[in-house]
Amino acid sequence: MSAPARYTLHHPRWYRRRISVFWWLEKRSYVVFVLRELTSVFVALVSVLTLLQVRAILAGPEAHAAFVSGLGSPPAAILLLVALVALVYHSVTWFELAPRAMPVRLGGRRVPDALVAGANLAAWLAVSAVAAALVLGMTR
Amino acid sequence: MTRSPTPLFWLLFSAGGTLAAFLFPVHLLLFGLVFPLGWAEAPSHARLLEIVEHPLTRLGLFVFISLPLFHWAHRFRYTLYDGLMLKHLNTLIAVLCYGTAAAVSAVAGWTLLAVR
Repeated sequence: MSAPARYTLHHPRWYRRRISVFWWLEKRSYVVFVLRELTSVFVALVSVLTLLQVRAILAGPEAHAAFVSGLGSPPAAILLLVALVALVYHSVTWFELAPRAMPVRLGGRRVPDALVAGANLAAWLAVSAVAAALVLGMTR
Repeated sequence: MTRSPTPLFWLLFSAGGTLAAFLFPVHLLLFGLVFPLGWAEAPSHARLLEIVEHPLTRLGLFVFISLPLFHWAHRFRYTLYDGLMLKHLNTLIAVLCYGTAAAVSAVAGWTLLAVR
């Protein structure tokens, strides 16, 4: 009447579409996501550079002068400019993300995300201006 | 009950991300571009040394260097995990990322403690 049932020893494999490692190039929003995640590499670079600068300062005036002139060389300056763009992108996306990761409530109502992000952006600019003024004032 | 270490790493990730978001751009602008390229007069070495030697500055520098490294470790770990689809190497990637952040932090701590 019907073919005898066949049993396989192993569980059948379901069909799964193979996804390329470059899946994130398929859509603009995926590329933006991966670029945002990769800003962390430049964050780590700045941490390491800060440590190297502290070590150069402790090693003496000549070591520090050599370190600073190394940073001023064209390849380093181009890398640092790229890093600065990445860091600014990190800051802006971080402030946009903050109200979504941690909603702020006031009087039982959720404060609009744009307001929280805007306040963070304004605080960032203020903190940056104060920090720059302090550092630039150290020459006096 | 075993406790997952994930909340700790997430806390370090978000604290480091916030610190980097607020202070890293201005820091890199001044010490990475403005001073090396001579766009403004840089603080003298003597003044910088005096500041670095202060105990509170050293504590601050340790946090300034270390927390963002753990931000990188967490974010980069999941970028490799999702982006390159290396789910089978999850443990190795986690150990390498957090391990690198911990190792560089240890060098920073040792450098800052050894002053004077």
